[in-house]
Amino acid sequence: MPARFISRDEAESIARRTLAFSTADDARVQIQSSTHGNTRFARNQVSTAGDAYDATLAVTAAFGKKVASASTNRFDEESLRSVVQTAERLARLVPEDPEYLGELGPQQYSRTTAFSEATANLTPEQRAAAVNAITRPAEAQGLISTGFLDIITGSQAVATKKGLFAYDTASIVNLTTTVRTPDGTGSGWAGDAANDWARLNPGAMAERAIRKAQLSRNPRAVEPGKWTVILEPTAVANMVGLMMGSLDARQADEGRSFFSKAGGNKIGEKFLDQRVTIVSDPGSAVAPMAAFNGQGLPNRRMLWIENGSLRNLVYNRFWAQRQGREPTGFPAGFEMAGGTSTVEEMIRATERGLLVTRFWYIRPVDPRTILYTGLTRDGTFLIENGQITTAVKNLRWNESPVFMLNNVEMMSAPVRISASESGDVSPAVVVPAIKAHDFTFTSLSDAV
Amino acid sequence: MRRREFILHGTAAAAGLAAGSALLPRALDARPAREDWLADPATRELAMRAVDAARQAGATYADVRISRNRSQSLGTREQQITSFNDSDTYGFGVRVLAGGAWGFAASRDVTPDEVVRVARQAVAQARANAATVKRPIELAPAERVADGKWTSAMQVDPFTIAIEQKVDLLLRANAEALKVQGARFVTSSMFFLKQEKSFASTDGSWIEQTYYRAYPSMTITAVSADRSDFQSRQSTDIAPRGMGYEHVTAARLVETAGRWAEEAVAKLSAKPVQPGRYDLVLLPTHLWLTIHESIAHPTELDRIMGFEANYAGTSFVTPPADYLGKFRYGPDFMNIQGERSTPGTLSATGWDDEGVKPDEFLIVRNGVVNDLQTTREQAPWLADWYRQQGRPVSSHGNSYAQNWSDVQFQRMPNVNLLPATSEVTLEELIGDVQDGILIDGDGSFSIDQQRYNAQFGGQVFKEIKNGRITGPLKDVAYQMRTPEFWNSMDAIGGRGTYFIGGSFFDGKGQPSQVNAVNHGSPAARFRRVNVINTGRRA
Repeated sequence: MPARFISRDEAESIARRTLAFSTADDARVQIQSSTHGNTRFARNQVSTAGDAYDATLAVTAAFGKKVASASTNRFDEESLRSVVQTAERLARLVPEDPEYLGELGPQQYSRTTAFSEATANLTPEQRAAAVNAITRPAEAQGLISTGFLDIITGSQAVATKKGLFAYDTASIVNLTTTVRTPDGTGSGWAGDAANDWARLNPGAMAERAIRKAQLSRNPRAVEPGKWTVILEPTAVANMVGLMMGSLDARQADEGRSFFSKAGGNKIGEKFLDQRVTIVSDPGSAVAPMAAFNGQGLPNRRMLWIENGSLRNLVYNRFWAQRQGREPTGFPAGFEMAGGTSTVEEMIRATERGLLVTRFWYIRPVDPRTILYTGLTRDGTFLIENGQITTAVKNLRWNESPVFMLNNVEMMSAPVRISASESGDVSPAVVVPAIKAHDFTFTSLSDAV
Repeated sequence: MRRREFILHGTAAAAGLAAGSALLPRALDARPAREDWLADPATRELAMRAVDAARQAGATYADVRISRNRSQSLGTREQQITSFNDSDTYGFGVRVLAGGAWGFAASRDVTPDEVVRVARQAVAQARANAATVKRPIELAPAERVADGKWTSAMQVDPFTIAIEQKVDLLLRANAEALKVQGARFVTSSMFFLKQEKSFASTDGSWIEQTYYRAYPSMTITAVSADRSDFQSRQSTDIAPRGMGYEHVTAARLVETAGRWAEEAVAKLSAKPVQPGRYDLVLLPTHLWLTIHESIAHPTELDRIMGFEANYAGTSFVTPPADYLGKFRYGPDFMNIQGERSTPGTLSATGWDDEGVKPDEFLIVRNGVVNDLQTTREQAPWLADWYRQQGRPVSSHGNSYAQNWSDVQFQRMPNVNLLPATSEVTLEELIGDVQDGILIDGDGSFSIDQQRYNAQFGGQVFKEIKNGRITGPLKDVAYQMRTPEFWNSMDAIGGRGTYFIGGSFFDGKGQPSQVNAVNHGSPAARFRRVNVINTGRRA
């Protein structure tokens, strides 16, 4: 059955009815609705699957600069009235927020391409068939496949008392699998994400994971230390995303960020390899993002890093006004430019190094250098004299994306990847594979 | 909507139903009618209607959870409010077994039509999945609970406390922190949850439960005068709990904020640690997280059997037959308990999300693996071990879903390291250390997908020389391999050092869900652990 979500007309009607209850000086309504479908498999069969429909409405009420929010997932008249009253009651009670700038009036939004009929209409049977396209070849080769198909189709809307109304729809699918050898000595992973289900190829994905599982049997230990690495795109996204999440301008200006410097921030400074350029763009065909944020502020194309130089930090409305800049929106997804090399060429050009499929359990260690720790997982291989010679045991790293992106040697063409560690649907990310030197590994793991 | 109107709307919504609608004269509309909706007989009628619909559609087993979550969060920085949100969500989920496979569907529209539609959708989902089934799912038996009721050990309902009082408390705590020279930024927050949850199943069970949770926290950041360094201290010695506002009062944020601020400032001038092997004295404010990652997660049976291989990972404790009763996790005095009964803890419950009353069990007994965490689906996988032990095949009650819209699956109970039977003090643990580090509070944490290799930071680090604390350290993290680490533990504190830490947001599963869990632990001492320096210049 097609995914359920609130249409534009319904959203407008609900928002209008809600705002009609408002007695506040200023008010904003956000409405989100979605059908979340998923099929999970383990040991070559579906383990759980489900569909859930939910919708929430959040009201922000302001009396002068006294602001508070309340939300509900019930949309009958009494609930709408009640949630407005709750927000207003809370707003009257809290102290003034000196940084509140009031709500926005009507805005212009770019068109996005994040909605796909093929994804919205996906049936449980089609999902089970996609899973079978992975489990059957895995089982036929005596391997054990586990994985997850996650789909969200929904809409979001924002309306204000000042006449703003924004509405957008999106559907995203994320499919991942981990294939393990029965003796527990090998494991391979593959994953893909798209807005349009038709762009995914579960069979081809299965082949990648199966091949890695077979190649990764009986890994041997290598010494931790500084290594030349070839990071496949998912591993690159794991690292680059850490830097994108650290771009807050206020933290930089206040001296609590890698991007801080005496008297201000590092905008304009070159601190990465010349080839590193990163943008976010709601109108992107391959990595669309929402047309607006939760305040109804339009998302626009933003150039964050250009040829290794910091071009922008993330400014919310308040900090932008205070610093005399334009608000930027937050880069939920991003696109990184790449190069012309293939992963095979990177391997051939490597005398001794490690090929990394993906990372796991990435956690912050030191915000002063955006230093994180994590481990390699599900396909780590030794490269010697231009070819993969053996699987290696996984390693723990302590590294910063800033250092990694300074040490780039080669890059591939960028591709859309499955970016979340959890396999859940996540914002669109497009990155290349990267060969980099002096990547810091600190210890060995016995985990397969 | 008043009750009278509510009935009118509910009846209208049900008018289109075929046979069976007459059985629901007081059907619920898509919102709870009253604050006591959980005890309203109409709630039970709706749940039973969903159970019946699933059974009629061919389910061999079905359970239904109708729940309402109310949460409130309050955030501040320095002397201003940054957010104040009140959230309310209500809905239901139906889980079914059909053709030997699970199916699940959920909706926010808690109406007579919708519960039937969703129940049938769950069965259709199961039938679609049944095409892949090689081993049909079997459930361990569960006792029928005819009319179960349970509520958290809560004294003061946080939703009844005036907002001004909450705001005032946080702003006063922030002001205290900012009195400390060098403390430049402070954030503080409170988070409260009230969850009301019903459970009905084809086994004939009906359970009503109400949970309260509270989590106050602060983070203080000190910045050096020349802006070349900044250091933070989080209030990780205040753990979230399954309690009411009394937990916030007991946390004494205003009284403690100054100490946290001083500890943040002290880190700016603390001595960077020299990498090497040290004896570690780990306070329970820190050790709970190491227990969580290296013991609690590896002994989850779904993980051991490979069900989490694509995300949360597997476990080194596999296959179970090679470990149960054989594998030495740590020294003889090491006992790890699973329980969901300690009042005021996050995992405490009367019954789990399969209607099973949880028991207390020893995961590690005298240093050896003794048992694993189970649900009704998983307990039969350990039938041989239970038979050897002369125990019935039954679930430990470790099923949990974060909300009505999520399917329940295996989540950990409270997993505790039991204290020494004698009263060993912290001073005694420190007194026998020549060259070591004391770690207070949890910090950075990461562990591999089979739970061998881990790295843990902390909040406050103190150098120990010749049995005495000598001064602050910074940039400390230890790396370990789980079996060696726990076997390097040579002493634990007594009940006097015991503290219950925990997490509100422990993630696992696909789609990922969070579980709130506490871990009790005494202070403990570990010999010759590998310590690294995490400081690095840009």
